[in-house]
Amino acid sequence: MFNKENKSTRDAYGEAIFALAKTNKNIVVVSADLAESTRVQKFAKKYPERFFEVGVAEQNMLGVAAGLSLSGKTVFASSFAVFSPGRNWDQLRVSICYSESNVKIVSTHAGLSVGEDGASHQALEDIAITRVLPNLLVISPLDYEETKKAVIAIAKIKNPVYLRLHRQTSPQITDSKTPFQIGKANILQAGKNLTLVGCGPILHEAIKAAENLKKQNISVEIINCHTIKPLDKNTILKSLQKTKKLITLEEHQIAGGLGSAILEQVVSSYSVPVKLIGVQDTFGESGKPSELWHKYKIDSQYIEQEILKIIKNPR
Amino acid sequence: MKDYSLVELKNIANLIRQDIIRMTAHAGSGHPGGSLGMADIFTALYFKILKHNHELPHWTERDRVILSNGHICPVLYATLAERGYFSLHLLKKFRQINSPLQGHPHQHSLAGIENSSGPLGQGLSIACGLALGAKLNKQNYQVFALTSDGEHNEGQTWEAIMLANKYKLNNLINIVDVNGIQIDGYTKNIMPLGDLKAKYQSFGWQVLTCDGHNMKDIINTLTKAKTSNKPVAILAKTILGKGVSFMENNFDWHGKAPNQQEAEKALIELKKYV
Repeated sequence: MFNKENKSTRDAYGEAIFALAKTNKNIVVVSADLAESTRVQKFAKKYPERFFEVGVAEQNMLGVAAGLSLSGKTVFASSFAVFSPGRNWDQLRVSICYSESNVKIVSTHAGLSVGEDGASHQALEDIAITRVLPNLLVISPLDYEETKKAVIAIAKIKNPVYLRLHRQTSPQITDSKTPFQIGKANILQAGKNLTLVGCGPILHEAIKAAENLKKQNISVEIINCHTIKPLDKNTILKSLQKTKKLITLEEHQIAGGLGSAILEQVVSSYSVPVKLIGVQDTFGESGKPSELWHKYKIDSQYIEQEILKIIKNPR
Repeated sequence: MKDYSLVELKNIANLIRQDIIRMTAHAGSGHPGGSLGMADIFTALYFKILKHNHELPHWTERDRVILSNGHICPVLYATLAERGYFSLHLLKKFRQINSPLQGHPHQHSLAGIENSSGPLGQGLSIACGLALGAKLNKQNYQVFALTSDGEHNEGQTWEAIMLANKYKLNNLINIVDVNGIQIDGYTKNIMPLGDLKAKYQSFGWQVLTCDGHNMKDIINTLTKAKTSNKPVAILAKTILGKGVSFMENNFDWHGKAPNQQEAEKALIELKKYV
């Protein structure tokens, strides 16, 4: 399944936006001094008239993006997830969401996997602060190919979107033919004993855990819920009606993330034993991604252990 | 478009001031002070300077007005109504439930409102984006941002000021309402702005000044600003509460509505000017 080389979601963004720009002349990119890191520099070089560098000024970046959208443009605003939506949430709320601006906030370097840069640069709250905003779609793609499809899909719609991406390379789980539809969760593998719903590259840890558990005759249904808002309640509910047990997984704080969205919108009306896996109300620190995932209990080892717990003792 | 005389424009500004008093009094809340202070400038814009058509509010070549300090929306709503964008009767719905006239403007609630605002400091950035878009689209519209001196406390305002210079946005005019007052008191005490003219100039802008209550001066300054090869800041000296003696220069009236008695007193004063 994973014999291909690892690739990053930010690279997928850079390539997709570059390719899209050729046919879609309406696309413009705004950057806050992170064109290289967010991989939009290739776009910037080829289409300088459609690239706007605002400097280290994330608040202004979103205001300028809103203004460009008023002039009819489809705007991609790129920075790191800690800064955007972290630094410019008020601008996101009023200039973008309340105004229904055609702006895509594409932020890389989300999650613990930023690694050595440490806690100040590890966005673990961005899903929580974006999914509470009316009119905003929130998407966290699984891998390289899915990110490309997500970029193409969000360029076609007028809604404001938050697209959560990552710096580090990760396994390619999907391929160019895997379907992708905003708001439609994908079942990565079918199973009958437990449903695991997650988003982002961290889902690879769940796949590893599930692989191990096959030896014990445990089959896990893994759902890639790339769109956190709007949530695909039906796909999750159908799976829960079958397995009656739920684990959620995200490289994000448990509070306010995908797991809590599922509690609010699915488990609130269909009660099952549930365990939310994510960062437990703490900041991260410097370290290698795999070390951090282990220490902060979102790696395959922890997932496996929690699956076993919930299956053996559901209540 | 009808060519209004100075006397006619002054009378229209006075009607707008009366609307502001009635609206805020009827709502029992809102921000009359800054609204009254900007009535002359709004009149000059919508009845003399702007390239626009109230019957075609979405005309793509129209000049854009981006109101950044959204709390003075009573003056925007009253001006749009007086200009014919919508019925004057609608002004009674200001701040009421199920109304397009929100306490702070919402972009999609009514034709003529170009942007949502409320939190200070966001408008100039939006205006910059619109000005960039005009250049990219090869459109000739001009962007008029309306900001307050108080919101120059916000760092984002200065981020936008830098950007306008970088991209040589000569299609951008920022009219700064210099009334020296913000919600908690005088700007010189809350956060001194120093020499705003020198600051703008050092950021690469052309700076013009005008008396924000002298209609001839306002029109001449705006006309001059339209031909600049740089972004232009117009520092418009205004008086908070202008036209109502007991409101003038009193920061209590930044965000307090007149009661019925105060409103009647204000309207008697304003009607004397016509």
